[in-house]
Amino acid sequence: MEHAEPHAHIVPYGTFVRVWLLLLFLTAALVVTAKAYHEAMSVYAMLVITPLKAGLVFFYFMHLKYEKPFLKSMVLMTLALLVLFIGFLFLDLSYR
Amino acid sequence: MSGAASDAPAGHKDYEGSKLGMWLFLFTEILLFGGLFILYSAYWARYTADFHRGGQMLNLGIGVANTVVLLTSSMTVAISVSAMQQGNRRLSIWCLAATVLLGLVFLGNKAIEWSAEIGEGLYPNSPELLARPHGEQLFFGLYYSMTGLHGLHVIAGIAVLSFMLNSIRRNTITRTDYGRLENAGLYWHLVDVIWIFLLPLFYLSA
Repeated sequence: MEHAEPHAHIVPYGTFVRVWLLLLFLTAALVVTAKAYHEAMSVYAMLVITPLKAGLVFFYFMHLKYEKPFLKSMVLMTLALLVLFIGFLFLDLSYR
Repeated sequence: MSGAASDAPAGHKDYEGSKLGMWLFLFTEILLFGGLFILYSAYWARYTADFHRGGQMLNLGIGVANTVVLLTSSMTVAISVSAMQQGNRRLSIWCLAATVLLGLVFLGNKAIEWSAEIGEGLYPNSPELLARPHGEQLFFGLYYSMTGLHGLHVIAGIAVLSFMLNSIRRNTITRTDYGRLENAGLYWHLVDVIWIFLLPLFYLSA
């Protein structure tokens, strides 16, 4: 055990399978909403479901849930920066 | 901890540092695609109806199928890392091989999809596309550049994961030294996340 990583958190396989099933369900929900309800609803569905799916991948598949607050806050800052830019874009578009 | 072997620089591994480095690289990737998302949003706001029509011309079945393929491949690579951490080398190899295979399936679907669209004359600067409204031309331009850039990332991911597969086979990735496998997995997950956003942007364009 010369290079053992005692702090590494091992995620059980079952967690990954459950997250995968949830991701498939959310994908189905997104497609059905967009196709059945159309227009406005599909925009809101996209704005809610898509970040939720990305969040599940970040949190569970990419182990973010088990990382230190330092790394978590770095990821949060990067994503906040991107959201801020997109927010500015729509602010600019709506007052054009 | 005495003896020269444990102090040898060759044996030094900075697990936390390399993971942080991988995340920093992923941040640049997020902002690279983020810039394209912003470009898409700006044109979507201006040509909403054209983008909607463009989206309806795409093959939703293939888009959703490829989403399922990538989500599944993300799960298999996550299991591969977990298996390696628990010393289950066999499961780790099988799951990693499945991930590479699913990546190839994704590219195969992409090839079928693009060939069909190019066959219909829908490619940048084609006479067919130039006769259409400006917004649809922009939609297809963004479609080819964004899914194309994503496709290049899938190819890179397959190459990296194949390299990891070989490292496991040669026992240079082990139960106690799996940092590279974990970082390769992080890259593959990000490729998956980007596709999660590309699906609604193009195939379900409102």
